[in-house]
Amino acid sequence: MTVLDAKIEMTGTDPETGYSSFRLGSFEFRRDEYFAHVTWPKGSHIIEIDRFLRAMVRDIGWGFFYGWIFFDDVFGTTNHYGTVDIFAGSYDRGCKEAGIDLLETFSAEAVSEAFTTISQDWISEGYDPLNAPLETGTPIGKKGEERKDPLLRAFIAADRMLGLEGDKPVRREEDGFPINRAFADLDYDTPEIECEPGFEGQLHAINLFDHIARSNVTWNPSISAVTGGNICCVTSEEHMLPVIHGNDRNEWFIQLSDEIHWNIADKNTGAPRGRVVMRAGDVCAMPADIRHQGFAPKRAMLMVMENGTPGLEKRYASGELPPYPVDFG
Amino acid sequence: MAYKTHVGSLQSYRKGVIELDDDLRKYAFSNVFEVAGKAAPFERVAVVQNLQYVAEVVRAEGDSPWFAAPHDEFAIVMDGEVIFNFVKLADDQVPSHEGGAVQLGGEPNGPRMGRVVARRGHQVLLPKGSAYQLSAAQPAVAIMQTVDGPVTVKRWNDICTLGDSQ
Repeated sequence: MTVLDAKIEMTGTDPETGYSSFRLGSFEFRRDEYFAHVTWPKGSHIIEIDRFLRAMVRDIGWGFFYGWIFFDDVFGTTNHYGTVDIFAGSYDRGCKEAGIDLLETFSAEAVSEAFTTISQDWISEGYDPLNAPLETGTPIGKKGEERKDPLLRAFIAADRMLGLEGDKPVRREEDGFPINRAFADLDYDTPEIECEPGFEGQLHAINLFDHIARSNVTWNPSISAVTGGNICCVTSEEHMLPVIHGNDRNEWFIQLSDEIHWNIADKNTGAPRGRVVMRAGDVCAMPADIRHQGFAPKRAMLMVMENGTPGLEKRYASGELPPYPVDFG
Repeated sequence: MAYKTHVGSLQSYRKGVIELDDDLRKYAFSNVFEVAGKAAPFERVAVVQNLQYVAEVVRAEGDSPWFAAPHDEFAIVMDGEVIFNFVKLADDQVPSHEGGAVQLGGEPNGPRMGRVVARRGHQVLLPKGSAYQLSAAQPAVAIMQTVDGPVTVKRWNDICTLGDSQ
């Protein structure tokens, strides 16, 4: 694998729209009022701008997450944990057979810098791609006033458990995190912690549903508790996951509230395999050989169990581990 | 617009749908309320397995045995109210097996650390170095984030939706 020593370059500014265009390696990026355009020496691709920006800011915020992040069937990134592939058509049968696909590998730092630069130029005041569509404006149209608030909100990643002294805090009203409108009907009480003298601070509990209900972003997990390599992530989901995720390991979903519809496809070809509709209390594995994309008609609470053990992606890629998690005997 | 949030319970849940042109065993699709409804009190039935890591479903009803693990565990209450009682273990009482909870013969000797009363949506730390007991006056459901261990019960064929291959 050749890692290109390239950095983001600005290649011009459209005088009509005010948006700049950029180059990273062989990929060029420009946008107009409705669409993002990605071009490379043998091909080009168009993506609706809201979808493109929602995918791009999450990809950066997630640190490129686990495995493949498809912005759509053609364009996306693959995380190698230190380096990142940018690909166009590499996992699309039509592009592959036409021989127009391209994959280039960069340092994760270079891709993060590039995507941040593009996002900052292409996102204007009044539009936040991390919010649900009902809670923000539109990215359509000419460039507007520059965003002044933080564009990116990365993972909240607890080291041991949210809310422990010295660890990441839970979201609170007084910190600017009100209960979201879609969860306003639930009651949120606090667990009662009664410590005997001498054990103050050694027992701990939080209202996890309250923490999730106060999230001001969608499809952006936070880590709530960690057992070794086992990471418990929680997230609020509304509208659609703006990427298609192809994991490099098995992961698990536990539906805490409401309903999410998942479209499942073959990871390498994108061929549809079907769907899973998860309702409150449902548990489902996402095998390592699929892509999945979620749709939440009403804001929902989801728990994701990931195995963050370093090097696991290589054990799955080599076939040492099967691409499914359970041995039924 | 007023939204209605749907959460499940032992008494009321609606399992979802899995329609795939694939081997459904790869997805191990289950429901925590269905699993808890069919489990004996305090059986720890695996519903998630990520290599050595598991999430277990527990139906809490009455007083559980005492458990301890050589690492942190976490519980999330999904229905009802559960009281978690804690006793501090001496260093030589802390389990030294590879992972997962182990059932103790009774309440261990050691000072009581206190208790946590948790209800739906609450997440509770079950800290390494302690033993814990669950207590519920009415049937309740919890998910335990832990490691595959001596008390982990596996009956995937019984709990998972397997379609035509069932």
